[in-house]
Amino acid sequence: MAIAKDTLLRNEPRITPELVAEHGLKPDEYQRILDLIGREPTLTELGIFSAMWNEHCSYKSSKVHLRGLPTEAPWVIQGPGENAGVIDIGDGLAVVFKMESHNHPSFIEPYQGATTGVGGILRDVFTMGARPIACLNAISFGDPKHPKTRHLVSGVVAGIGGYGNSFGVPTVGGQTRFHTRYDGNNLVNAMAVGLARTDSIFYAAASGVGMPIVYLGSKTGRDGIHGASMASAEFGEDSEEKRPTVQVGDPFAEKLLLEACLEIMRKDCVIAIQDMGAAGLTCSAVEMGAKGDLGVTLDLDKVPTRETGMSAYEMMLSESQERMLMVLRPEKEQEAEDIFRKWGLDFAIVGETTPTKRFIVRHGGDVMADLPIKELGDEAPVYNRPFVESPKLPVIHAGDVTHPMSMADALERLIGSPDLCSKRWVWEQYDHIIGGNTVQRPGGDAGVVRIEDGPKGLAMTADVTPRYCEADPFEGGKQAVAEAYRNLCAVGALPLAITDNLNFGNPEKPEIMGQFVGCVRGIAAACKALDFPVVSGNVSLYNETNGRAILPTPTIGGVGLLNDFMKSMSSGFKDSGDTILLIGENPGWLGQSLYLREICGREEGAPPPVDLEHEKRHGAFVRRLILDSQVTAVHDISDGGLLVALAEMALASGLGATLDAAPAAVPAQAFWFGEDQARYVVTAKAADAEKVLAKATAAGIPARTLGTVGGKAIAVKGEKAVPLATLNAAFEGWLPAYMAGKA
Amino acid sequence: MARTLKLVSGVEPAMVWHADTALPAGTDLVVVPGGFSYGDYLRCGAIAARAPIMDAVRAFAAKGGLVLGVCNGFQILCESGLLPGVLMRNQQLKFICRDVYLRVERSDTPFTRGYNAGQVIRVPVAHGEGNYIADGETIARLEGEGRVLFRYSSPDGLVDPDWNHNGAINAIAGIVNGQGNVLGMMPHPENHVEAVIGCTDGRGLFAGLSDHFDKAA
Repeated sequence: MAIAKDTLLRNEPRITPELVAEHGLKPDEYQRILDLIGREPTLTELGIFSAMWNEHCSYKSSKVHLRGLPTEAPWVIQGPGENAGVIDIGDGLAVVFKMESHNHPSFIEPYQGATTGVGGILRDVFTMGARPIACLNAISFGDPKHPKTRHLVSGVVAGIGGYGNSFGVPTVGGQTRFHTRYDGNNLVNAMAVGLARTDSIFYAAASGVGMPIVYLGSKTGRDGIHGASMASAEFGEDSEEKRPTVQVGDPFAEKLLLEACLEIMRKDCVIAIQDMGAAGLTCSAVEMGAKGDLGVTLDLDKVPTRETGMSAYEMMLSESQERMLMVLRPEKEQEAEDIFRKWGLDFAIVGETTPTKRFIVRHGGDVMADLPIKELGDEAPVYNRPFVESPKLPVIHAGDVTHPMSMADALERLIGSPDLCSKRWVWEQYDHIIGGNTVQRPGGDAGVVRIEDGPKGLAMTADVTPRYCEADPFEGGKQAVAEAYRNLCAVGALPLAITDNLNFGNPEKPEIMGQFVGCVRGIAAACKALDFPVVSGNVSLYNETNGRAILPTPTIGGVGLLNDFMKSMSSGFKDSGDTILLIGENPGWLGQSLYLREICGREEGAPPPVDLEHEKRHGAFVRRLILDSQVTAVHDISDGGLLVALAEMALASGLGATLDAAPAAVPAQAFWFGEDQARYVVTAKAADAEKVLAKATAAGIPARTLGTVGGKAIAVKGEKAVPLATLNAAFEGWLPAYMAGKA
Repeated sequence: MARTLKLVSGVEPAMVWHADTALPAGTDLVVVPGGFSYGDYLRCGAIAARAPIMDAVRAFAAKGGLVLGVCNGFQILCESGLLPGVLMRNQQLKFICRDVYLRVERSDTPFTRGYNAGQVIRVPVAHGEGNYIADGETIARLEGEGRVLFRYSSPDGLVDPDWNHNGAINAIAGIVNGQGNVLGMMPHPENHVEAVIGCTDGRGLFAGLSDHFDKAA
């Protein structure tokens, strides 16, 4: 039943064009609201629309392109559209995972911004009935020389650790990079992975009329109001004044919420559940009703609040953390309440489902909002924004590059550069062992976690190469997926599915939209070719400060399965005398390589092309070698190229390598530092090396011997040997020195 | 921790709720595990030390029952008065998760009988507040009475500031009370009991305890 206009609260301010603009709504979007409801909205309603229709919640600029992503496979239980994606891993078990950005808050208030990013993604995962078993984090910062970078790194890393460590989930992997294009707009992409039973996955859709809607968790405060709108706007000079929009995390409350939720789920009390994330109570209540084809009436007088005098507007837009909304089985209400009280959490019935398909909000005896619930989501504007494809950049021929230093000096400099150096300083602040299931810790190709008592294991990675995406969005999008695929294959896991976290600039600029469209198309192409569907994701646009956009950064979080975690493969060399082999072609692509950037000072050219057929075949070949125990170490070749990969394998083990000279047909620097795709380094017992090569030949896969494990240096024939001690000092030295203000 | 206790001893441990007031009948060993009790928003372990169950733990310890506190458990035991001293913020002011080396100082205790005196073991740490400190008199007494059971060291067993990641006084990683029945330690031996998950260096502590109870039975 719709409520007549005159029963709505009248002493609210009139809606002016300024007020509309402050809510991030365009004039034509406001007209759409007027057309939809046939009257002027109340302030609370305007707030609700602004929360539902901002870019962050509505995907209005990205939706039409996201439809092109492959989301299905026989093992996919739930694709995008729920709190997180769900895949089947056999034995009645499901893996639930998603990655989400918390970029804007992390720039404004790095510790709390990062913390609540982790908290939000964990909630997405356990809302679906899964116990989180691992986290990953891909973080991007500005130029190390920028005066704010150190402060941001310090706060973000402490914040990620502060939440995950306390909550009690191991953080097993991720990425850390630096580039001047992230000055003023750093990225925090948090991924959580959980384990559930396939027969007890929980969803947001409410069912049944007259069902009580229950509010659970922490109390509602005034924090985070307009957080989602803030995340949908560019930054300017005033960005630091937006601190009040950042929420404050309470990992202990979240831990209690996790245990309480899983307990009432086990007791079969739950019909529908939705966490309160972006746009808090508004988004969660609307989603539950709209997905269930039901109306929802909320009585805000029942909402547990942290402070007195909160208005309906504030309550509807608060992004206070660690809160959940549920529809419970009425006969189980008391049991559920007892469980929540036991865990010391708030429990309040704040509304009910109705047959009207209207979203009604009451407060202090007044109706503060009365809106059509389906249209709030479904009628959000959808834009097919104009875009221009990024211009193709010229291919840089290896023969045209002049080399300013020796191979040995270049290796030492590269391995100690901000993007390639050890990120130990970062991941040692994350508890990566809690739970006692971490088989492979951070620092390798992928994190590996044992599933329950085994024998299965789960591999996970988060990866992207933004400079490739900028140079060629389509190839860069492909490469991000291919790299995640390779990371998983390198530890012996079968890649199953991805979550994507698409970070871009202002979509209203055609060239930025072109980057977005290109990357999404590239991701789609790679996912299709590699049977690696997208099951969840998040889009973060308007990552610009003072008109300058970040590098396009579509972070890919990949998950793969090991049938026997004992067979997981690591990247460190194992024994002196093992033969080192290269799998894949090595023509020596220097365009957009870190060698070109860090050594030659040129950030130029087309990025390496990705042959998806090669990726698939080489990946399968490497997994087979691991399964057949024919290799002793595996490492994927990516940033920095072959020699950097070999140095990483050496540094992980303390064993050096003696390497043959590059073949005469390829310039040596291109051979050792080129960033061709679909390549792996493997080592094998000397007696097995011939078998591996024969197997490669039989399979039509390029493979060659590179040299032998041993010694205490990286020694390329004809070049100056680089002692491991020197490399280690460079590798481990930069980040701690930088953070101490000494680099 | 629960899984390790079961894995090594074969006995399923009973979980005790913080608001309970009694331990299960026939309790041999109380383990206060790691974690972030009450979020550790106050001094670490300060609130948990006042949980209702802690009276029963204190009574159990007073009667000579064995109590093991690891990480946050160590902090709780200090805050509850069962062990002297306090765990301050790590010297580097950061949370640190890494493998460290511990020199086992004595093997003639129920907690360390699975090791040889002087043996060096590799176990992980994961804490932000593990920097042990007490007044000079207490430290002198701990040292004089041989109550330091574990010390951070180099892989060769040398005590050296470079191998003392949190700056604990005298590189103290674990201590026992005067009666020798309450051990608190910052590192996590329970996370190194399987070769495929790190290594098995932590197993000796639990195997030794298990052995101790078998012999006593």
